Amino acid sequence: MTKIDIIQNVYEKLGFSKKESSDIVESVFDIIKDSLAQGDKVKISGFGNFVVKEKRARRGRNPQTGQEISITARRVLTFKSSQVLRKALNG
Amino acid sequence: MDKEEAKNMNKSDLITALMVKNNLTEKQATDIINLVFDRFTKTLKDGGRIEIRGFGSFTVRQYKAYKGRNPKLGEYVEVKAKRLPFFKVGRELKKMADGK
Repeated sequence: MTKIDIIQNVYEKLGFSKKESSDIVESVFDIIKDSLAQGDKVKISGFGNFVVKEKRARRGRNPQTGQEISITARRVLTFKSSQVLRKALNG
Repeated sequence: MDKEEAKNMNKSDLITALMVKNNLTEKQATDIINLVFDRFTKTLKDGGRIEIRGFGSFTVRQYKAYKGRNPKLGEYVEVKAKRLPFFKVGRELKKMADGK
């Protein structure tokens, strides 16, 4: 499933034109992305939470060569699925 | 990122933001957000994969049953085989989250 499938769904089920459906679906993901870029949490009840976490700098290793490398401090995005979604997958 | 400025965006905030951005009624914005996440859930439930360019992809990972331990009591517990959703962040969003 890709963005095209969601756009098609919005077009078929909610009565928007193809152009409107496409703009709206793009907006949904842009809004979420902009919030996360500001460091905000995005919590979708029934689906899951997107959270940006601060990671400290650390020593790492290239698993292929075994060579030690330094990993800089960074912010990474994590997704924690909701209990409801996990139940749906195992129901 | 200033930690004190970090806020939460929940589903109704997302609906409001979409309403404002695309000039929609509250009902329209609500229907769209619900449709997106209902489709996501259904796709994952069917074992499908979701790929949103610039955002990321969701897949379902299958985990085997194993014997685990309750870390508080030290008792053995049977953990059943399960399916869990897995999110891999897209390149663009990965950079955005890191402030680049």
